[in-house]
Amino acid sequence: MTALAVENRRVLVRLVIGAVAMFGFGFLLVPFYEKICEVTGINNLLKPDVVANTQVDASREVLVLFDANVHDMPWTFRPLQRSVSVHPGELQTIAYEITNTRDVPVTGQAVPSYGPQRAGQFFLKMECFCFTQQTLAPGESRTMPVAFVLDPTLPVDVEAITVSYTFFEVAGRRVQAASTGAGSDS
Amino acid sequence: MAAVIPERLQEHHHGAHTGLMRWITTTNHKDIGTMYLIFSFVMFLAGGVMALTLRAELFQPGLQVVQPELFNQLTTLHGLVMVFGAIMPAFVGFANWMIPLMIGASDMAFARMNNWSFWLLPPAAILLIGSFFVPGGATAAGWTLYPPLSVQMGMGMDLAIFAVHIMGVSSIMGAINIVVTILNMRAPGMTMMKMPLFCWTWLITAYLLIAVMPVLAGAVTMLLTDRHFGTSFFNAAGGGDPVLYQHIFWFFGHPEVYIMILPAFGIVSQIIPTFARKPLFGYASMVYATSSIAILSFIVWAHHMFTTGMPAAGQLFFMYATMLIAVPTGVKVFNWVATMWRGSMTFETPMLFAVGFIFVFTMGGFTGLICAIAPVDIQIHDTYYVVAHFHYVLVAGSLFALFAGAYYWLPKWTGHMPDERIGKLHFWCSIVFFNVTFFPMHFLGLAGMPRRVPDYALQFADFNALATIGAFGFGLSQLIFLWAVIKCVRGGEKAAARSWESAEGLEWTVPSPAPHHTFEEAPVVR
Ligand code: HEM
Ligand SMILES: [Cu+2]
Repeated sequence: MTALAVENRRVLVRLVIGAVAMFGFGFLLVPFYEKICEVTGINNLLKPDVVANTQVDASREVLVLFDANVHDMPWTFRPLQRSVSVHPGELQTIAYEITNTRDVPVTGQAVPSYGPQRAGQFFLKMECFCFTQQTLAPGESRTMPVAFVLDPTLPVDVEAITVSYTFFEVAGRRVQAASTGAGSDS
Repeated sequence: MAAVIPERLQEHHHGAHTGLMRWITTTNHKDIGTMYLIFSFVMFLAGGVMALTLRAELFQPGLQVVQPELFNQLTTLHGLVMVFGAIMPAFVGFANWMIPLMIGASDMAFARMNNWSFWLLPPAAILLIGSFFVPGGATAAGWTLYPPLSVQMGMGMDLAIFAVHIMGVSSIMGAINIVVTILNMRAPGMTMMKMPLFCWTWLITAYLLIAVMPVLAGAVTMLLTDRHFGTSFFNAAGGGDPVLYQHIFWFFGHPEVYIMILPAFGIVSQIIPTFARKPLFGYASMVYATSSIAILSFIVWAHHMFTTGMPAAGQLFFMYATMLIAVPTGVKVFNWVATMWRGSMTFETPMLFAVGFIFVFTMGGFTGLICAIAPVDIQIHDTYYVVAHFHYVLVAGSLFALFAGAYYWLPKWTGHMPDERIGKLHFWCSIVFFNVTFFPMHFLGLAGMPRRVPDYALQFADFNALATIGAFGFGLSQLIFLWAVIKCVRGGEKAAARSWESAEGLEWTVPSPAPHHTFEEAPVVR
């Protein structure tokens, strides 16, 4: 090989190493992102909220409505009460019930969403089944509490909040089935 | 005998195969450059047909031409085909043809790898276009392939992921080749700071490609494993987060938009001095501006994500960082204007496209700045305003620069001068219809029309009809380009070695058309 070819190969090897390292860097962004979210407290779906202000605002009442959905799963899932009226700052506990109707154990994860969306950050959960994955034996039924406080800084124009949980199946997600489902009803 | 045969083989290297095999096996940078250019033009037409189908549907409110499912597939594939199939390979084609000629090298550093990087592209294109015909159709998640949609789509999505992988490998190989060629193969005396600006911008672009294409490959690999192997990178139910995908994608995505514009800056920086008959104003500042754009492009990605619920500090950081990028970009625009200032300018077709580029690209830069203002962007994000912004920078930016470069170097490629009358017709049709198509989109976006919708509220009807008329005019105008090129290949006024009066650079010292082998003996640059 000529000197030039050797030199070319040397730079080639370096650049290939660079490209491979950047492929790794892409995956490194995952823990990095999770760490940032954890440190800054953005998007902590799986941890109880901290309540700083425990002053109960008795002058206001907010209606909290509960909703339950399962995403392509063999479970029945429902809130034991449809709604409660609470004062901001007051601790409330309600309960949901899930039943596994399939004859195999199934693991699911609940993800909350809120209407109006901006109310989410004021709905502080002390305890929630959505903090962990739930595994249900065949036919098992489970009653699970949600303990929450509404942050008293909730904007006054919010008079009602809908809290909606959706259960997704975790292990062995059936992507193909989900996708054909999405295709046929679209 | 034995001593003679290898030598004869060597000599007839390119003559060893004829017909199709010559093109499949070629390692000649000019052949490969030509194939890249033809490939990208074919993809440009394919993406254009998709765009015209979209515009036909949007001509009137209601659904007339395509159903929403197909509309979304077409939107997605239009984006993917134009970005990865048309614009990027076209610039690689220019790099292959021109960089060895500009720096006085006989070929690219790794000629065999060069052949592979090209021949990866057609299979990728077949995967992409073929995905329309699989059950469920092509992916409809938008060219950004955001989850959760992209995790749910049918097998068209898998084909798109593989296509992105293949095109990514192709770009990385091409980029490595360009870096090594520029760093190691320059003729004696061709110092880095004497290099034509096109080589500089491509060198920096190639580094960007090597840095970010692997990140995109990682992102789509994660999509693939989320889809089929039970991982939950982006699946909220399994503890993942769809917003994470957006961060990874745009970490690639914003440098990617500069990958598509920096070589365009390079082409324009070659053309303006030629037709202003003055050396480029502020050569060194151009090099530094290009480098700072490239570096800054890594810290602005979240300006695509102002509406994802970032903390205010994050929004402010990305807003100011984005605005900072406009400074080196502005330096470039001022340098081009200063180059033209008091020059003895003539307006042949390449110059028309270059000046048109400066004018219209700058408008796109300004709308970019408006998108960069976080509180404003929350209103206009995902509306037609953004569509207008990026078509001003990509069509009137990258594409016009490609046309400018094509008209500029066609004499070197074909040995004939392009027909000025046809070229000028192409330019004026393109710039007028371009603005008819995309200018109204600013108003549509400000009035709140969302992007990627097949149907819309009645008050948007007039501007949409206008945009559709413009789009068909623009699309048909591109056939004029095809005509100009075919005519130029077939014949026309013979081009001199220095085809344009005051064109500078080594590429103009070899005959036109450039012979199959050039600079076997390295020239000496003083
Ligand atoms: C002065 C320079 C620029 C600034 C400040 C800028 C800023 C922005 C911002 C803030 C957005 C996000 C808008 C939104 O989604 O709400 C955006 C989108 C975009 N920009 Fe630029 N930009 C600039 C130049 C460019 C260039 C040179 C290109 C490409 C050649 C480009 C291509 C794009 C594309 C493709 C999108 C849309 C991506 C998508 O959502 O599909 N921009 N730009
Ligand atoms: Cu960007």
